[in-house]
Amino acid sequence: MNTISMTVNGKVRKAQVEPRLLLVHFLREHLNLTGTHVGCDTSQCGACTVLVDGRSAKSCTLFAVQANGAAITTIEGLARNGQLHPLQEGFWEEHGLQCGFCTPGMILSAVNLLADNPRPTEREIREGIAGNFCRCTGYQHIVNAIQHAANKAGSAPSGPER
Amino acid sequence: MPASPVLPKLVGARVKRREDPRLIQGRAQYVDDVKIPGMQHLAFKRSDVAHGRIRSLDTSAAQAMDGVEAVFTGAQIAELVGPMSPGTPFPAPVHRAVAVDTVRFAGEPVAVVVASDRYVARDAADAIVVEYDVLPAVVDPERAMTGKPTAIYPEFPNNAAVANLPGGTGVSHDGKVDDTAIERAFAAADLVVSQRMVNHRLIPSAIEPRGVVAHYEPGKESMTIWSSTQNPHILRTAIAAANGLGQDQVRAIAPEVGGGFGAKINIYGEEYVAAALSKRLGIPVKWIEDRSEAFVATTHGRDLIGYVELAARKDGKVLGLRLRLIADVGAYNMMFTAGIPTLAALMANATYDIPAIRTTLTEVFTNKTPTDAYRGAGRPEASYFIERAMEMLARELKMDPAELRRKNFIAPTQFPFKTQMGAVYDSGDYEKALDAALKAADWKGLQAQRDAARAEGRLVGLGLAMYVEVCGVGPSSTMATGGWEHAQVTIERDGRISATTGASPHGQGNETTFAQMLADQFGVPMEHVTIHHGDTAIVKQGIGTFGSRSQAVGGTTLHLASAKVKAKMARFAADLLEASEADLVFENGTIAVKGAPASAKKFSEVAAFAYVPVPLPEGLEPGLSEEAFFEPTNNTYPFGCHISMVEIDRDTGELTLLKLVAVDDAGNLINPLIVEGQIHGGLAQGIGQAMIEEAVYNDAGQLLTGSFMDYALPRATDFPRFELHSTVTPTPVNPLGAKGVGEAGTLGSTPSVVSAAVDALSEFGVTHVDMMLRPEKLWRIIHGAQR
Repeated sequence: MNTISMTVNGKVRKAQVEPRLLLVHFLREHLNLTGTHVGCDTSQCGACTVLVDGRSAKSCTLFAVQANGAAITTIEGLARNGQLHPLQEGFWEEHGLQCGFCTPGMILSAVNLLADNPRPTEREIREGIAGNFCRCTGYQHIVNAIQHAANKAGSAPSGPER
Repeated sequence: MPASPVLPKLVGARVKRREDPRLIQGRAQYVDDVKIPGMQHLAFKRSDVAHGRIRSLDTSAAQAMDGVEAVFTGAQIAELVGPMSPGTPFPAPVHRAVAVDTVRFAGEPVAVVVASDRYVARDAADAIVVEYDVLPAVVDPERAMTGKPTAIYPEFPNNAAVANLPGGTGVSHDGKVDDTAIERAFAAADLVVSQRMVNHRLIPSAIEPRGVVAHYEPGKESMTIWSSTQNPHILRTAIAAANGLGQDQVRAIAPEVGGGFGAKINIYGEEYVAAALSKRLGIPVKWIEDRSEAFVATTHGRDLIGYVELAARKDGKVLGLRLRLIADVGAYNMMFTAGIPTLAALMANATYDIPAIRTTLTEVFTNKTPTDAYRGAGRPEASYFIERAMEMLARELKMDPAELRRKNFIAPTQFPFKTQMGAVYDSGDYEKALDAALKAADWKGLQAQRDAARAEGRLVGLGLAMYVEVCGVGPSSTMATGGWEHAQVTIERDGRISATTGASPHGQGNETTFAQMLADQFGVPMEHVTIHHGDTAIVKQGIGTFGSRSQAVGGTTLHLASAKVKAKMARFAADLLEASEADLVFENGTIAVKGAPASAKKFSEVAAFAYVPVPLPEGLEPGLSEEAFFEPTNNTYPFGCHISMVEIDRDTGELTLLKLVAVDDAGNLINPLIVEGQIHGGLAQGIGQAMIEEAVYNDAGQLLTGSFMDYALPRATDFPRFELHSTVTPTPVNPLGAKGVGEAGTLGSTPSVVSAAVDALSEFGVTHVDMMLRPEKLWRIIHGAQR
């Protein structure tokens, strides 16, 4: 067993874990942060995406021990003081989700995307979320949701071209 | 009485979903989020051969592991759980939840472990050693029909689950076949287009895999089962019967469900096993499917070969259709397996007035994962075969494909229209949908663009497809589960509204659309309406969500239950207002006498009176709660037209979808925003089938596309922005006029993309290309022809 310590959604969490424990299972089973989902076992689907030190990462592809000392943000930690994150608002406003299972990972990937590129074109948005599967929406309303958030953050609309 | 603010009408409005706040904050509860003290975890050992006899099965190492509670073999499970029964009337082989002596597809369970956590359970399953005497794998369905390389079941010689089932013109209910009309049609034809087409196998791939938690409570003698299912009431029925319990002793809960697409209709072996082991061991157990398991253990979709022959006159009038169907159903009959291909036959008439049709259906067992419903379920197959054939006919006749369609449509005046297949189309205006699509896409303009691109040497093509589908399933005569739906609507003592529906959603947004309907019906704010679903302890009865039935059947049932309770409430209000019920209006949170707004009583006041009725109006019972069962008299038949434009890279064979215009007619819409989302999702799955998705087996019956690294689930970069339009042709089948829209997107998109690809390749003399349209296949066509 290894002792790990990390900051999750602003709180310090310490635990004894098996070295093989995946970060996603640490979050879900040990911390009861069940908003992070598991949709595959080959790092393709992105449902388990969280922020590790501010960068999006697939938490099924990291062992919990690899996140020792890191600052993790999960979907539960995105809203602040009861105020939804602009991306959460965008997904709600634009019907960017249906079954909701991919949504937490999709939103956190989009957080990373907009941090790198606050004014993405539609093509850049589609490429930015290409690591996340959604089977329900056909992605169009997800693109709209991310544009909504980008527009809210910026003063002018983001580029319309694909 | 102060005037209330005027409430907007919500039916028909783009209302944001009320489901979303919990989902976007990670606060929803899916089945893997359910935790019960003392809960143990299941892991299944699965066959790694497609067909074989179990020679030996050694569980000793697994049983010796720390944390392992128990290990059960197929024979031990068979003592706890009987064979699973399908929901179709066709003959079916015995299907055990865990294989006993013989395995018939790679991925079939052979043993199950119960352990303290999921890592230990997986370790123990891996430690089980199984030896097989490998039998020849039956993989090719057409070869299987000759009994080669072997018959999987002795009782099904030639592997035929269904053999040459006739349908269409001249086929009577007792199965007598008169070929006069179909032969005459082909004899009178100027030309016949013939093509073998493969509508290949797909993996449904809901992003949430399946999962189940079963909790039998000894002493209470009751079972609670949580499952990622589309139909908790059917699950309850099945689990009660399998465990010797009454339906009153079983509570089934579909918590948040992360997509289904038809693959979560079936009641699976893992559900039966979890329930039986919880009861046997007296502890709660959980099983969550890995994605790798989902690829082999959850039902697949489509996999239908069609031999299509279309007979026509020179002027384009279609005289007859022969459609011979061969379905590869995999190793077992699951709930609707045998029924799905019959829907393809049922819809052979498509949108056309075809005077003579003969369908012949054969269903074949193979050593593959069983097929069952997958979004569209039989109707996309029909649409694909007929629409591809119509495009081939147009090309042969050098007619504009739109004009060929126009010449053959069933006219609006012909509805209700009884098809050659026996379906009764409720309502339709196909030419209107075609015209709307041609206009929206600027068909002539697209043709000019295509021709200009070709002049530059680019491979650009256009494809058009019409569709009509059968939705709003039942009625009960067509479904062993029953084809009705149930609802209960209660006006609470404070005037708020609680409603239950048996239409248990998995992403469709029923909580929102149903609340919109009820808010309008009672003239109250939508925030005052709560929709309960997915829990058989709260929702008394139900069938579930599939076959695009939520609105047409589930919504209608809520509408009818609401009407009943509204009528009763009107009697209480009439008493309070000293007026006639017929003169009352429900609006803006009040009930008032028509034309006398000053008379208005608050909705909540009338509700309170109904629960403390002093004095009780004569002939009334206290309280406001009514239920309804609704059995539709017919299905609904939504329709539309999808147009695609594609470009194929001459050097790489890569196909790009440049444009997709969809016109869909689902009758009256409750929430156009949600409808758009449903259509987008269907389009993505239909286009995915045409372009990149395919389940591939090798000759040994091994699924080669067994993970998301090999099976190409579409990503955001695979699609252009879809252009959606609609026409509205209400159905007379239900009072809402709503037809259903969940599957529509898969119907027209697939043939329109393939037809566009064929059009793009026309310079190479190509008349048909089977899906999926992978670059290598297209590159060979381009470069083979040039050499």
